Amino acid sequence: MPSPARIDASSAAHVVQLVGVTRTYGSGASAFHALRGVDLTIDEGEFIAIMGPSGSGKSTMMNILGCLDVPTSGTYRFRDVRVETLDRNRRALLRRHFLGFVFQGFNLLARTSALENVELPLLYRGEPREKRRAAARAALEAVGLLAWQQHTAAELSGGQQQRVAIARAIVTRPALLLADEPTGNLDSERSSEIMQLLTTLNREQGISIAMVTHEPDMADYADRIVHLVDGRIADVQRRAEAS
Amino acid sequence: MLWSTILLAFRAIRRNAVRSLLTVLGIVIGVAAVVTMVTLGNGATRSVSEQIASLGSNLLMVLPGKRLGPGRDSAGAPAFKIADVAAIEVQIGALKAVAPSVTTGATLVHEAKNWATTVTGTSRAYFAIGNWKLVAGRVFSDAEEKAGKAACVIGETVRRELFGREDPVGARLRVKQFSCTVVGLLRAKGQSAMGNDQDNTVVMPLRTAQRRLTGSRDVGLLLVSLRDGAASERVQDQLVQLMRERRRIADNEEDDFNVLDTRQIAQAMSGTTRIMTMLLGAVAAVSLLVGGIGIMNIMLVSVTERTREIGLRLAIGALEHEVLLQFLVEAVVLSSLGGLAGLVLATIASVALARLIQVPWIFDLQINAIAFLFAAGIGVLFGSFPARRAARLDPIEALRRE
Ligand SMILES: Nc1ncnc2c1ncn2[C@@H]1O[C@H](COP(=O)(O)OP(=O)(O)OP(=O)(O)O)[C@@H](O)[C@H]1O
Ligand SMILES: [Mg+2]
Repeated sequence: MPSPARIDASSAAHVVQLVGVTRTYGSGASAFHALRGVDLTIDEGEFIAIMGPSGSGKSTMMNILGCLDVPTSGTYRFRDVRVETLDRNRRALLRRHFLGFVFQGFNLLARTSALENVELPLLYRGEPREKRRAAARAALEAVGLLAWQQHTAAELSGGQQQRVAIARAIVTRPALLLADEPTGNLDSERSSEIMQLLTTLNREQGISIAMVTHEPDMADYADRIVHLVDGRIADVQRRAEAS
Repeated sequence: MLWSTILLAFRAIRRNAVRSLLTVLGIVIGVAAVVTMVTLGNGATRSVSEQIASLGSNLLMVLPGKRLGPGRDSAGAPAFKIADVAAIEVQIGALKAVAPSVTTGATLVHEAKNWATTVTGTSRAYFAIGNWKLVAGRVFSDAEEKAGKAACVIGETVRRELFGREDPVGARLRVKQFSCTVVGLLRAKGQSAMGNDQDNTVVMPLRTAQRRLTGSRDVGLLLVSLRDGAASERVQDQLVQLMRERRRIADNEEDDFNVLDTRQIAQAMSGTTRIMTMLLGAVAAVSLLVGGIGIMNIMLVSVTERTREIGLRLAIGALEHEVLLQFLVEAVVLSSLGGLAGLVLATIASVALARLIQVPWIFDLQINAIAFLFAAGIGVLFGSFPARRAARLDPIEALRRE
């Protein structure tokens, strides 16, 4: 197993730097260019929202940012690491130590308690049980669900499940939290609760966030809104400009 | 990490308890069948070899008749006479003892009870040849033998059926039409390899049996016991030669008698049980294999069902080999549990069956260990394909799956 120490991504001015990133699915005549040259940097502690029509390449970009996928061409620097040069297992280690994921479909283990769901990423870090428990409780407390720690995911409401998923994403204190339509399955009241939670985590714990959303109300919580159209960045709005 | 993986496997198995149970049924039955068969086979082999010892080692039997086995033709073959015994004793060396034997079925009567048994008429040498020991009384004396006195020695079964709590020694026993005195009680031997009760017997002097029961001077069977270390084949050759002369068989004629070596019979019999054990073991091994395929099937279903879970684990940083290990451990835990259940079942079944077919129950650590490891090995073998499939999943694809 490659040791985590060999993936040194401890600090840099930017968390993320994409330069000329393309992603092409398939090849030849049936090739589809989902990303066509994306340049993007995310600063440490920044909260960005990614918007765009369906099929514009938002999820494709998130997969690359999350080191689940690699660009077809261009470079992706995560802090000082050239991600496109890493093999599958190295990228897994990078995710394990520096990234947190929140999915639209929550993706919790249904018949497992909230506490154990949150502990899961720490298990792969090889943390001792006591430390895991303490960290998972702290993360559940941060999302306001400490009282629900013994409930299984299936027993929780949608909003609660997403909060557990957020707790699971932050329990490792990641450098970057990736959320692909985190409020896509929630009503507007639950959605704004989740957004407030993300904002708080961003401000108080300094976790950088990249979030995909279709809803302008949700995007407004971000420092910056990146608009994707046809695999290209069409527009970037600073929060000051938005209102 | 390994420990938590094992715990995780237990949890996954418990979550689908019924399905897991059905899955491992093949393994359970396979292991149970193998271990039961081998355990009973060992018992049967042991019981046969105990029979060899109880028959008396190095025993030859001489029977009249041309051939053995199916189509045996004893008609026309003259019986032996008492003089044959004397001739063998004198002319063949390396012998421990020779005894004549006539056997006949007879109904015994004592007071109000009666009992059917086999009566053997023989000489005193019979007891040494057959490894018979006495529990009470004595065997008939030389004088009683020569005079054909009505003195008999009974087996344990006869005592139990006719005498109950009464002391049989000195009691009178009616055998068919005549009455004889019980002079001794034989120690129990139990069942023979063929399954008949050796203790259901009455032994009396040859002459008594001839006169009172068979009414002829024929001797049905000669028992020849060799000295330790004597070469059975040479003695057999000498016996054949001597009997051919005595029975005036021309050079171009077949023997009209047979010489059997009980040790050869016993070896043939234990060989048969060994082959049976191996055959049944092979059948059971096939069922283990089928059980293994069941495990593979269920693990593939499990991988498909849990694609999203696997995708999640990979996304949050599980390495390929960690996912592989998780599913492999699950398969091994599943098949090992099946193996364990099989061993428990085998113990219960073999104890009960051993009692039923009356062979000793012998715990065989080796076969238990082998069967268990085999079951676990099947988990590794048939679990590795589904586990590899899980580990190679693309997390993006896996997470998208509904
Ligand atoms: N594995 C793949 N193979 C082929 N084409 C793909 C693959 N994944 C995505 N695409 C295509 O790439 C384009 C961009 O997809 P992507 O999922 O990034 O869109 P999106 O912006 O997230 O859309 P949505 O808002 O609907 O989620 C789509 O046209 C999609 O069909
Ligand atoms: Mg998408």
